[in-house]
Amino acid sequence: MVSRTEAILARKGEIMLRALGMDYEQFERSPIAFDYEAMMAAHGYTLDDIVGIQAAGGVGGTPLLELKNLTDLVRSISEPGHGARIFVKDEAANMAGSFKDRRASMSIHVAREKGYAGVIAATSGNYGAAVASQAARAGLKCIICQETFDSRHVGQPEIVEKSRICEAFGAEVVQMTVGPELFSHMLELLDETGYFAASLYSSFGVSGIETLGLEIAEEMLARTGAHPTAVVITHAGGGNTTGTARGLKRAGATDTEIISASVDLTGLHMASDTDFNRKSFTTGHTGFGVPFATWPDRADVPRNAARSLRYMDRYLTVTQGEVFYVTEAMAKLEGLERGPAGNTAMTAAIALAREMPCDATVVVQETEYTGAGKHHWAQLNFAKEQGVEVRAGEPRENKPGTVIVIPERPEQIHATDFDLDRLRRSYIRNALSHAPEGYEPTSEDIEFLAADTNSDSTSVETAIAELREA
Amino acid sequence: MATARCQPGDWIDVERVLLEVDERAANLPEDTAKKPLRIWVKGFAEEAADIGDEVTVVTTTGRRVTGRLSEVNPGYNHTFGRPIPELAHVGVDLRARIEAYRAGGE
Repeated sequence: MVSRTEAILARKGEIMLRALGMDYEQFERSPIAFDYEAMMAAHGYTLDDIVGIQAAGGVGGTPLLELKNLTDLVRSISEPGHGARIFVKDEAANMAGSFKDRRASMSIHVAREKGYAGVIAATSGNYGAAVASQAARAGLKCIICQETFDSRHVGQPEIVEKSRICEAFGAEVVQMTVGPELFSHMLELLDETGYFAASLYSSFGVSGIETLGLEIAEEMLARTGAHPTAVVITHAGGGNTTGTARGLKRAGATDTEIISASVDLTGLHMASDTDFNRKSFTTGHTGFGVPFATWPDRADVPRNAARSLRYMDRYLTVTQGEVFYVTEAMAKLEGLERGPAGNTAMTAAIALAREMPCDATVVVQETEYTGAGKHHWAQLNFAKEQGVEVRAGEPRENKPGTVIVIPERPEQIHATDFDLDRLRRSYIRNALSHAPEGYEPTSEDIEFLAADTNSDSTSVETAIAELREA
Repeated sequence: MATARCQPGDWIDVERVLLEVDERAANLPEDTAKKPLRIWVKGFAEEAADIGDEVTVVTTTGRRVTGRLSEVNPGYNHTFGRPIPELAHVGVDLRARIEAYRAGGE
């Protein structure tokens, strides 16, 4: 007998075609390659159009702040002549408190233009708040599906806060226990309601983030006379890295180094009921960052617009304790009480800035709102209640789910480079495994894989040969 | 104050099992696979009910969802909690470092 989940998944293509209002088949070139740029351009909005749509929605144009106290702190622990100027884009100033408003504003605009009565998104994060807020302004109905509770009905406090804010904006929130079937239930709801799928990974949403890169390039040029040396981006599903990097490039900041950063959650399983409330981070972590970089098309759209490996120059990881320390420091030194997501990139930026000359500039491209449940004190208190040890000491002793080690000194903040070549090989292995058995990649496929991994044809061919030998 | 009974029109939370254990996805970690997938949805009650009784709600999107009454007028109890002792020194310590660095004439 076909189960309820199998039955709805079998109709995925048909349901998503109606719910997205875009046929992805037109972009497919082979079992491996598709025309990414054609997909990104298919909605027909120029960057100027998007800026205008967002301005009308109360989104974008957030303050770019220079963090002079933090910069001096970094210089106090750097070699002479080192310690880059650190800036932050205060994205918490958007309507619903994060950069996700940029994504949501485009999805909701498209939904309204195409005449949908409502929107649905599967998200436990800030994106839900953003979709609910923009839907309220557009007069559209809104359903947000969230993974909120473990099997004991204990809610992760940050996600409970996200339930609250979505309901504050009038959305219906479907709260669920842990499991990937969240996606099949979202399909059932799309089928039942006929609403628009406000996917995090559609070209509409990811195009909406390009304005963030554009603003950073233009504002840094005006403020410092040059584009930023590096932009540090908290990385999870890949949209933040992809959209920001595309915007920077479109604004001419082609030499700016694109650095993604995640909290290291090695050892915790993302679909585990017991690990769920021991993560202390709900996003910006390697549990999303690595699988989405190495196989973006695991997303809820036929082809994911968020393809982070195309744009990353480096991928850094930091520990939970380091991010909580930096979150506290940001409030005390810069008067910026913000959530941990943007501060993940901030933690990596501190480590990076120490190694860069004084005249270099580093931009952390987002902050997020904080508050009850989301606040780092709330997360640490919750961790203790779940039996996770919290102590001061050497951050390298941090072990996700077991012990959170808060640094005692800023000198202990350290970022670890993730091997990008390993991620690239893993992506290529996944791409080949999704093609039919025995399929021989063409030269067009090799070119596509090179572009999709920000490498070259020779490297891709070598990786394929190594995979075949293994 | 929480009550154990809802009246028609009350804002309530209902719970139901979406997938029993034998209906769950393949390849789940063992701990997750052993539990049913449960969901909670809030809306306005269509009829009177006691906690644990089946009741139908109309959600803010107008959907009708039936489940067991979980809570009447459900609230939010997430907090900030107490200060974290391991972070208590951070502000004073870092401000002193910046002051010392600037006094050094760098």
